[in-house]
Amino acid sequence: MKQIVLNHVTKQFGTRGGPDVIAVNDFNLAIEEGECFAFLGPSGCGKTTTLRMIAGFEDLSAGEIWLGDRPVSDKKKNLYVPPEHRGLGMVFQSFAVWPHLNVFENVAFPLRVQKRSKTEVYEAVMQALIHTDLAGLEHVYPSDLSGGQQQRIALARSIVTNPKVMLLDEPLSNLDPQLRESMRFEIKSLQRKFNFTIIFVTHDQSEAMALSDRMLVMDMGRIVQVGSPSELYQNPTNQFVYGFLGLSNFLRVVVDKGKLYVKDGPAGQAIPFDIPKGISGSDGLLASRPNEIDISAKPGSGYPGKIEKRLYLTYCIEYHVRLGNQTIRVHTSHANVFAEGASCSIMFKNPRWYAAESKEIERERIERQIGV
Amino acid sequence: MRYMFHKIFHTSKGMGDKHFGLDQSLFILSLVILLVTVLIPMVMIVYSTFFQDNVFDWQLFPRVVLAPENLSAIVNTVRISFMVTVFGTLLGLFYAWLIGRSDIPMKGVMKALFTIPYMFPPFFGAMAWSLLLSPRSGYLNKLFMQITGNTTSLLNINSIAGIVFVETCYYFPFVFLQVVSALERMDPTLEESARIAGAGQWYVIRRITMPLVLPAIAAGAMLILISSLSHFGVPAILGFSNNIFTLPTKIYQLISRSAGSFQGIREGAALSILLVVVVVAALYLQKLVLKTGHYDIIKGKSMRPMLIKLRGAKIPLLTISLISLFVIVVVPLFMILAVGFLKAYGLPLRWENLTLRNYQYILGQSKMVRDSIFNSLFLSISSGVITMFLGVMIAYVVIKVKPKGKGLLEILSLLPYSIPGIVLAIGVILVWSGAFVLNLYNTIWIILIAYIARYVSFAMKSASASLEQVHYSLEEAARSCGATHLESLRDITLPLIRPGMIAGFFLIFLPAMRELTTSVLLYGPFTRTLGVAIYAINAEGNTVQASALATVAILIIVLGNLALRFITKERKALQ
Repeated sequence: MKQIVLNHVTKQFGTRGGPDVIAVNDFNLAIEEGECFAFLGPSGCGKTTTLRMIAGFEDLSAGEIWLGDRPVSDKKKNLYVPPEHRGLGMVFQSFAVWPHLNVFENVAFPLRVQKRSKTEVYEAVMQALIHTDLAGLEHVYPSDLSGGQQQRIALARSIVTNPKVMLLDEPLSNLDPQLRESMRFEIKSLQRKFNFTIIFVTHDQSEAMALSDRMLVMDMGRIVQVGSPSELYQNPTNQFVYGFLGLSNFLRVVVDKGKLYVKDGPAGQAIPFDIPKGISGSDGLLASRPNEIDISAKPGSGYPGKIEKRLYLTYCIEYHVRLGNQTIRVHTSHANVFAEGASCSIMFKNPRWYAAESKEIERERIERQIGV
Repeated sequence: MRYMFHKIFHTSKGMGDKHFGLDQSLFILSLVILLVTVLIPMVMIVYSTFFQDNVFDWQLFPRVVLAPENLSAIVNTVRISFMVTVFGTLLGLFYAWLIGRSDIPMKGVMKALFTIPYMFPPFFGAMAWSLLLSPRSGYLNKLFMQITGNTTSLLNINSIAGIVFVETCYYFPFVFLQVVSALERMDPTLEESARIAGAGQWYVIRRITMPLVLPAIAAGAMLILISSLSHFGVPAILGFSNNIFTLPTKIYQLISRSAGSFQGIREGAALSILLVVVVVAALYLQKLVLKTGHYDIIKGKSMRPMLIKLRGAKIPLLTISLISLFVIVVVPLFMILAVGFLKAYGLPLRWENLTLRNYQYILGQSKMVRDSIFNSLFLSISSGVITMFLGVMIAYVVIKVKPKGKGLLEILSLLPYSIPGIVLAIGVILVWSGAFVLNLYNTIWIILIAYIARYVSFAMKSASASLEQVHYSLEEAARSCGATHLESLRDITLPLIRPGMIAGFFLIFLPAMRELTTSVLLYGPFTRTLGVAIYAINAEGNTVQASALATVAILIIVLGNLALRFITKERKALQ
């Protein structure tokens, strides 16, 4: 069953003295029951605004949103259900635990609103506290707890009413890296226990990939690509998604008579690559991941380059390799040691060709970054 | 964290060792100045209440406190302050909520209007409202009697209710500003998470927003309470004619009736102790209230809070707020301005009744008025400069030097905050009219000393705020480049806090320019201040001239405020 459906959802903000900004542009999505779905994108891409429209904190400028079989926002019918009547759970980046209430009262709040009986409240709260590892801390105030524990209060508070849909707004970005890892597991196991649908917003691609069943990448208010983490990683539709999902090199290249050359590089040295049909003569980018490049000292075993710089990282050596007048990064095991200044040969193992981003898109991106 | 503290402590101590002289002498100098200007006057009040000619005499205090007319002054003081606090808090909360959380239009205009009562002394308001509502000659009352043919007036401003009304108009911004700033700093997700949990707007306001801004409400309400308890101007202007006295006006009456006899001053001192006790009790109450609620509500990414849609109530609420603001802010200012141009008080406001004669008189003919303007300018500028530097010195010692006695220094410098101006004046009289070496009575210097004591808390607070922005490493960097302690102070720290110092100067200059409470007890034949001159001319019944002079004062205050705003804007642009 479809749990959350967004049709042509658009949000426009008026800015003072400037043109309106389209924060979210014709957003269409259907999320299945029980899915864990990630919205990934840089800040200002519209992912949080979309989440807030689903939650009911922002009205739409156009389009409609359905929760299950119930419309909650519909601009055409002028329908808008306020957040308190949408029956959602939500966890905020700042945790938003109430400092004037102790742990028990924080978690009990949603039940108190519903005027549940004392025993019901007590049992439900204690259950939620056990599930979030907070049992025994009922009477403590949030200010005396760590960030991770405050995060658990927020989680306990959102599951206590057993909602079908859980919205998480950058839930882990205020935690330190180790805690972040363990909270991922806890959120996942809570989901398995309570079987709710999750939408979570993040700008951290590894978090999105590790947690989600499906995810989408947003850029400048639009969905760029939707799919499972592996689909997106294996097959990014454009340069933006490729660059957002991991470390990447973008080498400026030109196609000439069916062969690929480094732009402004030495003539006669083609990069071994099967060029997609119909792109002859155009400029483009060859995208590669630093850890998917073979590097060797043997001349002629690949594209010739020169080691510019060598950096020892913890799990690999990073080389900055000069190709023509461009530089790419290569990650290789500590077994391959080359001197700075040495010549080398480069083999791309799984490169992809993308058309270069148009000037208009570049300009829009810069304008948005300044505006937002 | 502990390591860092350790480090800071050590470095500052290290500096102190090498340059024992400078830090140590700053500390001692600050302490001595505060002891002389703040502590000794307070001690003298207690001493002269309980000692006559160096002999212990406990009988005066109960006799004064239990005298029926003083008892009624106590009752009035508490009643008035209580009502002002309640009404002022409600009014402030109402506007704060409208501006902070509703979608009411014209917020900018309203915010600007709210800052106006802050600028002017409440006794201007008392003058303006008695122009409108004094029982026989007030313009509104006369209009009412003309229209209805009644012989009794509509409203009598010379009453407890009148005093409460005028004080409320001037003190409600304390709560308004505190609460609006708390609402603006509050993380909106605290309210949003309650909405998501199923709570409606009003439930959220009651259970989440209100408890979270409670400390701000309490702080604002206590400011109102303390200000009202020690307030002199409004009850003096509105109450005397109807024999309504509060503690500060009673103290004033005791001192001025005694014509300088020591017995009168002793009685005033006894009442002062009582007033201080009441104020301290109020402060203690505030501490109790605030202790339960010290939350950190300033975190999270700043998102615009969800504004409550007023829908149908929008236009009525906007109308009510604009009208009430008009009445509170614009009407009194207009009255003072208009009456200052009238040939005589009571004449209808018509073109042919207007004249410039009042201004000619006050600015040209009256030497007393001219003197008062110069006195006030001299006092405000000199007390502004001296106190600002004193504040910087104390703040520097407390924040950067951190000597052993810094707690004492801090308490002494913040003490005047809770001492009513009238009490401070008595203390200054007791110390500086010949009790020790110097007799400064009836000179301008005694007023200057009182102003310094009165405003040192302001200066200290504003200097601390700027100094805390200056990281200790900046001075250390200068030292590591070879600068001496004094040079690093002069070339690094002082330039960095200069904008704060200039703003601090104006924060003293402006209230000093309109000061009444302290000067009214300290002025001599040639040392009237602007506030005293306006008050005296008004008390003599020369209403039109008093209004003209008040207009001059308003002009000076507005210019000062514009300068202050210009400077603080520059400062923001710098950052």
